[in-house]
Amino acid sequence: MKTMLSILLMALLSFALCIYLPWWSIAMACYIVSALIRQKRGWAFLSGFVAMFLLWGGMSWWISYKNDHLLAHKISLLILKTDSPIELILLTGCIGAVIGGFAAWSGSFVRPAAK
Amino acid sequence: MRFIYLFITSAITIFLCVTLNTHLILPAPLGKLLSPQEGIWQNAEATDMDYSADLHFNALQGQAEVYFDKRLVPHVFAEKETDAYFIQGYLHARFRLWQMELQTLYAAGRISEWVGDIAVDHDREFRRLGMVYAAEQSLKEMEADPLTKSACDAYTAGVNAYIGTLNQSNLPLEYKLLGVQPEKWNNLKSALFLKYMTFDLCGHDNDFGMTNAMNFFNKKDFDLLFPAVQDSLDPIIPKGTVYATPQVHPHAPAMLDSLYYHFKKDSVTVTEVEKPNPENGSNNWAVAGSKTKSGAPILCNDPHLGLNLPSVWYEMQISTPEHNTYGVSFPGAPGIIIGYNDYCAFGFTNGGRDVRDYYEINFKDPSRDAYWFDSAWVKTERRIEHIKIKDKPEILDTVAYTIFGPVMYDGSFAGKTHMNPGKNYAVKWAGHQNSNEFKLFYLLDRAKNYNDYLEASHYLFSPGQNIVFASKNGDIALRTQGRFPAKWEGQGDFIMPGTDSSYLWQDFIPENETPFQYNPERGFVSSANQRPTDTAYHYYLGREYPMPRGIIINRKLNALQDITVRDMMDLQNNNYNVLAEMSVPIILKNIDPIDLNPTARQYLNELSQWKYTYSANDIRPTIYELTWKALYDTVYQDEYQHAPVNTLQPYTSTLIEALLKDSSYHFVDDITTGEVETLPVMMTKAFKKAVATAEKLKSENKLSWGVYQDAHIDHLLKIPSLSTQHLQVNGGANTPNANTSNHGPSWRMIVHLLSETEAYGIYPGGQNGNPGSRFYDDGIAKWTEGKYYPLWMMRIEQSKDQRVKWKMRFSRS
Repeated sequence: MKTMLSILLMALLSFALCIYLPWWSIAMACYIVSALIRQKRGWAFLSGFVAMFLLWGGMSWWISYKNDHLLAHKISLLILKTDSPIELILLTGCIGAVIGGFAAWSGSFVRPAAK
Repeated sequence: MRFIYLFITSAITIFLCVTLNTHLILPAPLGKLLSPQEGIWQNAEATDMDYSADLHFNALQGQAEVYFDKRLVPHVFAEKETDAYFIQGYLHARFRLWQMELQTLYAAGRISEWVGDIAVDHDREFRRLGMVYAAEQSLKEMEADPLTKSACDAYTAGVNAYIGTLNQSNLPLEYKLLGVQPEKWNNLKSALFLKYMTFDLCGHDNDFGMTNAMNFFNKKDFDLLFPAVQDSLDPIIPKGTVYATPQVHPHAPAMLDSLYYHFKKDSVTVTEVEKPNPENGSNNWAVAGSKTKSGAPILCNDPHLGLNLPSVWYEMQISTPEHNTYGVSFPGAPGIIIGYNDYCAFGFTNGGRDVRDYYEINFKDPSRDAYWFDSAWVKTERRIEHIKIKDKPEILDTVAYTIFGPVMYDGSFAGKTHMNPGKNYAVKWAGHQNSNEFKLFYLLDRAKNYNDYLEASHYLFSPGQNIVFASKNGDIALRTQGRFPAKWEGQGDFIMPGTDSSYLWQDFIPENETPFQYNPERGFVSSANQRPTDTAYHYYLGREYPMPRGIIINRKLNALQDITVRDMMDLQNNNYNVLAEMSVPIILKNIDPIDLNPTARQYLNELSQWKYTYSANDIRPTIYELTWKALYDTVYQDEYQHAPVNTLQPYTSTLIEALLKDSSYHFVDDITTGEVETLPVMMTKAFKKAVATAEKLKSENKLSWGVYQDAHIDHLLKIPSLSTQHLQVNGGANTPNANTSNHGPSWRMIVHLLSETEAYGIYPGGQNGNPGSRFYDDGIAKWTEGKYYPLWMMRIEQSKDQRVKWKMRFSRS
């Protein structure tokens, strides 16, 4: 339950912060939520990871879907050297996830671990 | 213990953020680039995106509406003239900002700021050509005229109004990819853009290549390789025209043969870094009502430029109480450049005259403080150029200015090869004149009749253009316009001595001696970059003009009667090569099929049945081009093998005309052998070589002309996935439909001046410069097929028309 709540709050706070702040404020969001909601360290990491994977992967998929993947075809060829919108979307999700995971993990050390 | 973990995990998180936000470790800041809220995903426009908006700006004087049609072409209706230019600036920036900035940085020699030190040679050369100096001269004239000043000021304000709305999220894609930010627009940038076009259209002189050729060959050979006038020329102003007695008489300096014509002197010049594409050219013509089916004139224009994405053109309609004009504009400059209004239509082709000359300067010492001129040491002026470079410290480049112009090449900058021949060359360029070309477009957009067209033309100094005109009252006209130096015979073909005032440009050709045609008896006017006149014109015109397109266009226009728009579309898409018509018989005459194997005989047979048309699916254009290229190489390679790197080679048409005149043309002989080779021997050799190449291409499925030519329209950064590649286009360099691999008709326009104008146009690109938009390249497929869009001159009462898809409202805040 706490994990679900963490994921939801991390995603919401990340989205909100990024309206005003640079993209890396997702790390701040995951850190803060993780420091506020006590979980086992591993679960904290997982919350940040999943939250950011869903947020970044989901948003990029939705934008790309509305765009008929026009740009994703072009950028995947440029960055990944392969014509694959879905791989670009997964890469986006993974980058968010790794940052989110580590940020949430470090946030969990602000307070003693949950038993 | 917990705090150690806190510290370590926080450090990892920060490290990840920094890594993904910079290119310190990764080649690109992937986190920043792929962030859905600020990275490239924000540039992926929804395919059903709504472009409508209600916009408020302080700078506006009144109310304005912009209606977008289904191709995203804006139809601007403004109550005030200046508001129309504000909105044009806003729209250019909204859809083309990155391109506008790239082009002006390129023009200003500042491209290193974006791409790093690979562009330093370009930047130095453009600074040393005086591009910024030239733009500053233009800016002074433009700001001295209240009409052009207010138009440019409003345009600049419009661009900056859009830039003011930008943040990291809605920044154009390429800014994100390059990691740069837009800077504020100003009038100088618009002037720089026009100077870039001036460079592109009249910077193609070959003074260095010609000088090297002169130094290498003797006079007789030189004249054979570079004849002043082509035998088959059909000039823009027909042969037999009588020209008035000239008012200006340029005097050739004394002792030219020893001081200027250095045949066989074995000295070498520098090599330029940037050379405009030699294919930059165009077709335009207008047919009078006497030759059309409807009885109304038809005007056509297709400027041939480098084809890129985003396109150099942005299509739009501008309507105010004073004028109503439709056509294409340059993102970066106010006004419509090629188009039509309610009274007339206008278009351009390049004049191609040599208006850039070089002078060899003798400096007193390496400080470049003084130079020898008219028997005295004269002080130079200095301009210090600050060249900023991405990720590197800036460099300073001191340029000496002489009475001729800036010293472009000297001890510190020796051009492309960095091979310093120990010489200094100052450049004299028509682009440095104070001129206000904005006024040309300002007035043309508002022209109502022939006199207005004359008045507008007066403002074109450079680049010299053939301006075509047709109006609803039945007038057609063409002027070979520009402010051209009156040169003595041969002046500026080669590098001139910079020690003597008698080599300066002495005067300009008076404007009233501009060759022109107004309602000629033949019922049409036309130009295709050929020499403007025959030798009856009293002024020296230089030696480098392509002639084949002009011949076929004039032949067709002479023959056509009851002309329709369909005929004009066919002529713009005509793929007939006059040079092939002239040279294929030479090939056939000089090859005996007995000397060929069955495969080669088959190819020869194919060639003999060809009608000289460059269709993408035909293999014969490829066979012809391979053969003639092989012949050209075997004819000239031996003579050129010891020539300096930058030595001009003759036009293909020169070889053809030479062989038509004289089959024992002495260049045919291979001077590296003891025997004397004849034309049949060399032709057979060339054909066999071509067949070998053709067989190889055939096995790779690359023999058909379209595949062989492999046309592509590249993104300005040459990123393949943002470009359109492997297009199957008809036409070749010398056909009216002048396509080469990355160059061709950048805007095809046909205007039928009926009481209700009927117009068609297309360009290979799309209205939106964003690669994430469906309007990025939506015109290319239709352009490739040679088809057109009908152009809609919208009237304000049609605002409810179903062709209107989106609406932007502009009002005062």
